[in-house]
Formats: sequence, structure tokens, C-alpha cells
Amino acid sequence: MTSASSAPIEGHDVRVVSLVGVSVAYGSNVVLTDVSLDFRAGEITALLGANGAGKSTLIKALSGANSRYSGEILVGGSVASLGSPVQARQLGISAVHQKVADGIVPGLSVAENLTLDDLAHASRHPLRNRRAALADARAALSTLGLDWPDSVLDQDADRLAISDAQLLVLARALRSTPQLLILDEPTSALTAAEAERLFAVLRSLREQGLSIVYVSHRFGEIEALADRVVVLRDGIVQSNAVRPFEWNEILHDMLGRATDLDHDRGETHRGSGVVATLDGIRLLPESEPVDLDIKAGEVLGILGLIGAGKTEIAELLGGLATPIAGSLTLQGEPYAPKRPRDAITAGVVLVPEDRQKQGILPGWSVLRNITLPFLSESSVFGLVRRRTERSRAETVIQTLSVVASGPDASIDDLSGGNQQKVVVGRWLSADPKLAILDEPFRGVDIAARREIGARLAALAADGAAAVVLSSDVDEIFEVADRIVVLVGGSVELDRYADEVDRSTVIGAFLGQSHPSGPRKDPA
Amino acid sequence: MTSPSVLAPKSSAGERASAFVVKWGFVAVTLALILFFLITEPNFRTVDNIFGMLKFIAPTAIAGLGVMLAMTVGGIDLSVGASAGFAVSIAAWTMVIANQVGGVAVTVVLICGLLIGALNAFLIVVARIPDLLATLTTMFVIVGLKLIIVDGKSISSQMTLSNGTTAPGKFTADFLWLDRGSIGPVPVPVIIFLVITVLLWFLLERTRWGRALFAVGTNSEAARLSGIRVQWYRTAAYMGCGLLASIAGLLLAARIGQGDVSAGNSLLLDAVAVALVGVSVLGIGRPNAWGTALGAVLIAVMVTGFTMLGLPYYAQDFGKGIVLLIALLFSFTFSRRRTVVTAGSTTSAS
Repeated sequence: MTSASSAPIEGHDVRVVSLVGVSVAYGSNVVLTDVSLDFRAGEITALLGANGAGKSTLIKALSGANSRYSGEILVGGSVASLGSPVQARQLGISAVHQKVADGIVPGLSVAENLTLDDLAHASRHPLRNRRAALADARAALSTLGLDWPDSVLDQDADRLAISDAQLLVLARALRSTPQLLILDEPTSALTAAEAERLFAVLRSLREQGLSIVYVSHRFGEIEALADRVVVLRDGIVQSNAVRPFEWNEILHDMLGRATDLDHDRGETHRGSGVVATLDGIRLLPESEPVDLDIKAGEVLGILGLIGAGKTEIAELLGGLATPIAGSLTLQGEPYAPKRPRDAITAGVVLVPEDRQKQGILPGWSVLRNITLPFLSESSVFGLVRRRTERSRAETVIQTLSVVASGPDASIDDLSGGNQQKVVVGRWLSADPKLAILDEPFRGVDIAARREIGARLAALAADGAAAVVLSSDVDEIFEVADRIVVLVGGSVELDRYADEVDRSTVIGAFLGQSHPSGPRKDPA
Repeated sequence: MTSPSVLAPKSSAGERASAFVVKWGFVAVTLALILFFLITEPNFRTVDNIFGMLKFIAPTAIAGLGVMLAMTVGGIDLSVGASAGFAVSIAAWTMVIANQVGGVAVTVVLICGLLIGALNAFLIVVARIPDLLATLTTMFVIVGLKLIIVDGKSISSQMTLSNGTTAPGKFTADFLWLDRGSIGPVPVPVIIFLVITVLLWFLLERTRWGRALFAVGTNSEAARLSGIRVQWYRTAAYMGCGLLASIAGLLLAARIGQGDVSAGNSLLLDAVAVALVGVSVLGIGRPNAWGTALGAVLIAVMVTGFTMLGLPYYAQDFGKGIVLLIALLFSFTFSRRRTVVTAGSTTSAS
């Protein structure tokens, strides 16, 4: 191993936990491939990767939440069987998951929440008594240097501020005196000051020899905190580097290199008329107002990481949210949809981000999934005309080459990519003026991606506007005529695809996303 | 674009057999039961008995259809029994105490049913109380309200009032026709039962409103994003359920011929059971009108047969429980398909 220039503790190169050739597959879908990593005592390892890169899968395997991995996980040098979170904790691996609220049991007091793990050990305290719980809770908090009064320990944990709740679950994770602590986006709900407090705690834990796995999207935090950065993409470890971090390299590793880019995407179209505008729209509570024109005849690709304001744009245009500040227009008229129905009536359709939760109707046929938004069009006096429905469904199945045994096949029997084609096809069959697709390629194979891209190009060629929102550079370069990069709710770049190269786009991506990181121009 | 081989993994003989059982098992059980009673009980096969059974089960079936309607939007209504009981007392009160004719009583009862449904909808849709708890509360409230209105007493024609006078009105003949009348050989309750079943089947399976109700029950977020007024449909389903429960109450009142204060008490469990059985019938896996009707018929056959065999009334509940258990096993355990009904657990999806 190359020695880290800022290795926190000299001579502490003790491998606490090692992964040797760990792979995870869900059915035929391989989500983690042959991962080998070492986590050392007194070291903070940052785990980076875009959505679906395999970070959470890795964490689940490590923390015992998913025992169906192949390969070996070594704890203290010997092969461990991590069958459950309890087993993992006994072996010294503790995890704090992203959603703090999921780790808190409302209705139980703060002290009871802190000592929650005791409930799993039938033998330890068959009868809980309040004083013992308070003492245990105070001991747990002291590891973080916290001293909460009894009045706080006695109150319902549900009433804690989110940052305090975060500290609570952290203190609880540390109770079992782990050797490896896994933190999944611990700062996502914290303010800057609260995050600083957390970092101070983590640094002191590192001094004590704890090994920490830190998952985050925020480069600034990683620059400030981590000793090592591991980048995952498509379930494969792309890089494993120690300080000083080369951020451009890291971002390249995260988002993919420009290798599979050269397929013929045709010429870049330039739109003509403006279909919709965002005027002084504030995407995030504290961000600058954004002005954006969405034009007919082009596919607009909006690129941004989680929290950059992408989904907010989709929700505003789709009638799921109302603007904090600013206004929208559609074809020159003021546009203020109050509900999705208003947007659909106005000719704006939204392919939502979460296909399972917002898109498909499980158990329903492909046909009925496709025709749901168009029930009034395909019925006469409320009576559904089956022939009308069938012809719409068959058109969608044909134009997007949906692989299904027919319109009556259950949507459950389709692959993820084909389900997505059904959802996209459903909405594009409305002949919209404006189609917004939020992360349409998530969990979608390349073939389906190409077909959806071609359909969008055809839609634009017919004079409509299409907007694709994504956090993947490749996807955006593949489908978009015009590229907008969104960082922290502001537009960092707005150019046509044939005017920019990949590194400029990535540079814009980097621009402000890690203020404390180096700000080199990409080569 | 057909390449079924890619999608549908070849199902084994065992899977096909279990699919067959799931689809036809329930119908087979019903037919076997009917056959058994036909052979052992000569009285069972008379036309009178068949209509008698259907007439007997009509209130339960109609209340069950109401529960089924609430299930289409992913909910449940536990207040149907109380609503029916409320209807019995209100009908009696309107005719006997307020001295009105049957038509007025029917109108008042139906309006009350809609109002109870609206109350449920308000609690669930606006106040966001989970459906199970909201309708349980409504059940208590309207049972209590009924007892307050009738002073805790059953109302009968010519009863003596608290001021010593005799009640001015009585159960009118037109009202009693709801139970005793018949068109041709078919008793009125059976006609009402069948008409409602056909109407609901048509609504749910043939119209866009039915499709929208199921969409709300299957994935309310996807339905909302598809432009469906989710809250409107949920409200409509609960109001429809209230209306059906009050119709069930009207039939009960006409059958008893007085405002029995305990009427409707046993209706709830049967109604919910019938709706749940309906989900499993034919392996449909979602609430449906004909399945619910068939579930009601099965219970009628069983109760009638048991009675003819001279089994005590408490054996009936045991039998119903076993039938429901089998139905639920078909729906949830043996079926490969996803069962849509998730009574009481889907309110968080809004």
C-alpha cells in the first residue's frame, strides 16, 4: 500500500475489516462485482458513487443486512459470517443508515431509544427500569462528549431535532464499541454548523483508532474529513486513492469515462420556439433564482447530482409542487398547475423519478398501465371502449419495442427496462407539448435507453419539447441536444451538445460542488 | 413484439395445478356443498328454498358489496353493520314516531347512509385517520347516536311512548313490501341484491370510473400523477359503501317489521367475510362484485344446509370462519399473483 501522506496514526495499518472478492446479485442483475477493500483502524474511508453504483448494496453486505453475497468478509483477519445486523454488531461492525427517522422509535423516550439494542438481548435486562436506562443512556452519550439533561433523556425521541436525532443514532451505534463504523450520508439532514460538530466527533473517534466508512455525495466534506476515497461505479471499484485527492479523476471514475460515448447520436438539433420558461424560479430554499427557456424541437438534458434541484424542476412543471419564488409560463401564457391533472390538460407530461412508487400499477396488464391517464379519451359516456384502449396500447408497444407477450401481459412479468418503456410510452402517447423525464434511465439497460432516446428525438422532431433530468453524464450526452448543468439549484452551464466537450461539462459539475476542494481546470 | 418465451418462465405442472386450484377451488367447494345438501336434504332443492336462501342473505350481500367498494380504493369500512342498524331504527322512527309513509322513511334512511359515508370519507381523506380506526370510531358513534335517538328501545307499531300515549304510526305496507313483495316468483330483496351486483359489476369492470377506483387502490400516487382525482374517488367509494349499508338496513327493517335496536349487530363480520371471500373467488385477486355475491351465496347455502341438518346456530359461525380461512389462504398463500386487497394498511400511501 502506498503510504498516505497524512496517515492519521503512524504504524496503525491494522486491517479491521477486509472484503475479498465480494459480489452481490439480485436474480440475474449483478449489482456488486468482485469488490476487494481493506478498512484500516484509525482511517476514514469515503465511499463515493452515483445512484445505483452499488454503495448501499456494499453497506448492506458489510452491516449484515444482506447475507446473500459471495466472496469473503474478513473481520480481524478471519472469515466472518455476517448473517444479521446483530451478528455484525457483535463482530464490531455498526452502521448508521441514511434515514435518521428510521432509526428512531417514536413513542419511546430518548433514553430508551439510546438503549434500544438491549431489547434484543432477552437476558440482559428482563425488566427495564428507568434509572438503569438513564445511566446506560448517559454512558452512551458520553462517548460523543455529550451531556444531555434527564429532562431531554425522558422526552419522546420523536421530539428531538433532526441533528440531535442523528447524534442519538450515532451514540447508539457506538455503544457496542465497534471497530468499524459505517455512516451513510450522515449530513444530509444537518446544517453546516451541525455537520461541523459531527466532523469533530468523527475526528476524535478516528484518533481513538476507529475505522470509519463514510458515504457522501458532498466532495467538500470528503476533502475535509477522509483519509481515503473509494469510488464505485456499476458495482465495480473504480479507484481507491489516498490523499491528496485528484478530484477530476474521482469525478471521472464516478460518472464514467468517455469511452462508450461514440455511438451515432446524430446531429445536434437546435430548437426554435420557446415552449415553457422558468422565470426567477427558486429551486431550493436558499438558492439563487433560475431563468430557463425550454424550446420546441430539441431535447434538453439537465444534469445534476442529488439535491441540485432537478426533481424540483420536474415537480414544478408537472404540477406536483408550487414555486417558492418565481413563475412559469407555457406557450407564452402564465402556467401554474395545482395538480398533475392541470399539467396533463395543458399538455405537459411527467415521467416520474420512481417507477415503482409513482409509475406502474402492479398486477395490472400492460394495456391498463398504458391507458390509465387517458380513460376519459377512450370512453364514451363513461363506458371504456376496449378497441380504443387496445389500439393505443399496441401503438406504444410497437413504437418502443416493448418486450411483452402482448397488451394483456401483466406488468409484473416485464423487466425493469420494459416497464420503464411502458411508462415512458404511456406519457409520450399523449402527444404532449412538453415531456419531462426524471431519471428515466435508472435501472434501464442500454437497449431500452437507446429506444427511449430515439423516441424522444422523434418527439422533438415533431415540434414538441423534451426534458431529460439525470445525474449521469453519459446519459445526458447520449440523448440531449442541449445540456444544462445544475449545481446547488443554480444553472452552471447551458450549451448545445456540439459546442461543449465532456470535460467542460464535468468541470461545470465540479465548479461549486466542493468549495474546499482543489479547483483545477480539467485537462 | 411478441417473445413470450423470454418473459414467462415455463410453469411446472405443480404450478399449473395450484393455479387451477386457486382459480376454481372456491367454486368447486360451493358446488360440492350444494351437491351434498341436494343429496342429503330433499327440501333443499325446492325453488322456494333457493329464493329463500337468496332473500335471507341479501342484506349481508349488499353490505358486503359496500365493503367491497371501500376495498377497491384500498380501504375498508367497519361501520357497515352499525350503518345498517342505524337504518333499521331510523326507518322505524320515521314511520312509527314521525308518522310518515314508507317512501319518506326510505329517503331519510338513504340520506343518512350517504351522510355516514361522507363522515367516514371526511375522517379518512381530510383528517387522514387510518381507515380501520376511522370507521371503527364511526361505528361506535352511530351505534351510540341510534341508541340516543330511540332512547335505547326497539320501536314497534302501536308501542307506548314515554308520555303514555300510543305511537301514531306503523310500519306501512309499502315499506314491508321491500321484504314481502315479489315480482313474479322472485322476492324483492333478491331483485335488489341482483340489480346492485350487476350495477357494481358494470361500474367497476366496464366504466372508466371503476378503473379509476382500482387505480387509486392499487397505487394512489401513480393514479394521482395520471390525473385521477384520488381524494374524490376515495370519498365516492365510502359514500357508496354507506349507501349500500343503509339499503341493507332497509331490507332488515322490512324483514323484522320493527325497529329492533340490536339489528345489524352481526352484519359487519359477515359483510367483511363476504367481501374477502369475493377477492379470492376465481383467483381474481382483487375486490369484485360477482365474487362478493358468490361469497354471500356460499354462506347462505352453508347456513341453510346446517340449519336443515339440525346443527346449532353456533356451528354456523365456525363454518363461516373456516370458509373465510380457506378464502384467505387462496388469496394470500397459494396465489402467485399479488393480491390487491390490503385492508386497513394502505392509508399511508396517499
